[in-house]
Amino acid sequence: MPIIEVENLSRGFQVMEPAGRFRRRKKTVHAVRGIDFTIEPGEAVGYIGANGAGKSTTIKMLTGVLVPSSGRVTVCGFNPVPQRKALARKIGVVFGQRSQLWWDLPLQDSYPILAAMHRMPEALWRPRFRELSDQMDLGGFLTTPVRQLSLGQRMRGEVAAALLHRPELVILDEPTIGLDMISKEKLRQFLDAERRANGTTLLLTTHDMSDIQRLCQRVLVVDDGAIAYDGPLTGLAEVAGAVRTMVVDLAAPVHSPDLLALPDGAVHQGIEADGIRHSVSFDPRRLSAATVLAAISSRAEVADLSLHEPDIEHLVRQLYGSARS
Amino acid sequence: MRAYWELAKSSFRRHSTYRTAAVAGAFTNSVFGLIRASLLLSAITTAGGAIGGYSATEAATYVWLGQALLAPLGLFGTAELAGRVKSGDIAVDLSRSVNLTASYWAQDLGRAAFDVLPRGLPPLVVGAAVTGLAMPGTPGPYLLGFVSILAAVSLNFMGFFAINLLSFWVLEIRGFWMLYMVVMNLLSGFLVPVTWFPGWLLDFARATPFPSMLQTPVDILAGRTDGAESLAMVGLQLLWLAVLLVAVQVMVRFGSRRLVVQGG
Repeated sequence: MPIIEVENLSRGFQVMEPAGRFRRRKKTVHAVRGIDFTIEPGEAVGYIGANGAGKSTTIKMLTGVLVPSSGRVTVCGFNPVPQRKALARKIGVVFGQRSQLWWDLPLQDSYPILAAMHRMPEALWRPRFRELSDQMDLGGFLTTPVRQLSLGQRMRGEVAAALLHRPELVILDEPTIGLDMISKEKLRQFLDAERRANGTTLLLTTHDMSDIQRLCQRVLVVDDGAIAYDGPLTGLAEVAGAVRTMVVDLAAPVHSPDLLALPDGAVHQGIEADGIRHSVSFDPRRLSAATVLAAISSRAEVADLSLHEPDIEHLVRQLYGSARS
Repeated sequence: MRAYWELAKSSFRRHSTYRTAAVAGAFTNSVFGLIRASLLLSAITTAGGAIGGYSATEAATYVWLGQALLAPLGLFGTAELAGRVKSGDIAVDLSRSVNLTASYWAQDLGRAAFDVLPRGLPPLVVGAAVTGLAMPGTPGPYLLGFVSILAAVSLNFMGFFAINLLSFWVLEIRGFWMLYMVVMNLLSGFLVPVTWFPGWLLDFARATPFPSMLQTPVDILAGRTDGAESLAMVGLQLLWLAVLLVAVQVMVRFGSRRLVVQGG
């Protein structure tokens, strides 16, 4: 039985817009329009889309804090809005932009309260908390009030809070937002290990492609309130025809792109800094970065280079553009 | 139940971290007590020794008990819930496996338990030293008074919580808040005892839960009512509590269906 079943789910919001000098007119904005998907237990799914695409609205309906305008949602066998409290015992939720910890208490004080809310006896939650605290390295700041924690420390605390009751399903809404590379990687490692050990189902929204690459086998792309893609991550890049961009800084200026002898399939994108900086885009399925670099090096000395992966917003835009045309 | 007990304890600890605020609050309550007591006392002297059954010391006792109970009873309320609706943090509250009203209620009881000593004692000490207090010498009024205070804390919580819950429907509750504060301050007997009201206003006040929010515990503690009367008043408090609890639960039920959680 699927752990999440979404059928023809829609949500509209009433907004007032000015109509004339004093009058206002009601207008319905459709944040989510008729989406369908199912998620099986044990899956790790990335739910991605541009800002305002409808990601958070969907998450709110899945967790039962927002009533759908129409359609059907079942999460862990529950209807989220009327059975919100029962559902809360089965799922763990991390809102990257909000905190479920008690702001003015030491971090460690939040866990007995959460355990009590989940009706976990001491003998059950203490060992679990110790395990989470070890894995997430919370030991150094357990006695620090939550308000004084750094963002990275707090997010580790948040994730531990969401996982304390061993939920079947963990929903993470932008869990890595604002974190540095090391904290992001630690969090990903932990979530991956947790999933492998307990078969936890993961659903996460993010703007960070690496989160998806490290954690998810499947992605759902939402654009303008509708599902634009549902399938494996590799397929997404293929469908969207993703290109990588190489930026090279040359030791001496080269003023014409023709002089670089780019291989077939590599497209010169522009020159900056009086011929020193060149950007070149290429299709990773046809050309390797090494081939492009070798070609350039044969004509000019390369002082520095960087590679840019396609970002999610870009992929989604391309994908949706091609689906419409 | 354990969750609510933990919430109450945590709220007690949260408030105990702000000790300077508690001291400043107690100081303010005492200063305002002095002002209110001197105004009432000069009125009583002008009136020739007593107003509406209150002698000078009894009127002072009424003022000091009011000032002492002001903070523990939560007479100024908190707009925490409305703030969380505005910021969208209400999503976190709603995704916990506890009853929304009960979890906020438990936290308010924890706050009240902390406020009793640091906010309640100083005004009484100042009052005893400056004007003297007329307090009963038997344990009865204190026992019933304790129950009455618990009921009054809960009633004040429910009143302000209902105002907070309006934020499920409207974006800005400040207007309702101001109106509620003005009406509650007057009808609860905070400004002057309700028995000093003209007849029509007294009848109106007694048809509302407001006197149960302050006047009742003050009267019981000061020994102005005998045992049977006091019991009946506590019974009335509990009746109002049941009414407000039902009203608040209905608001939560319909409001959370309407609620649009703000932010991404």
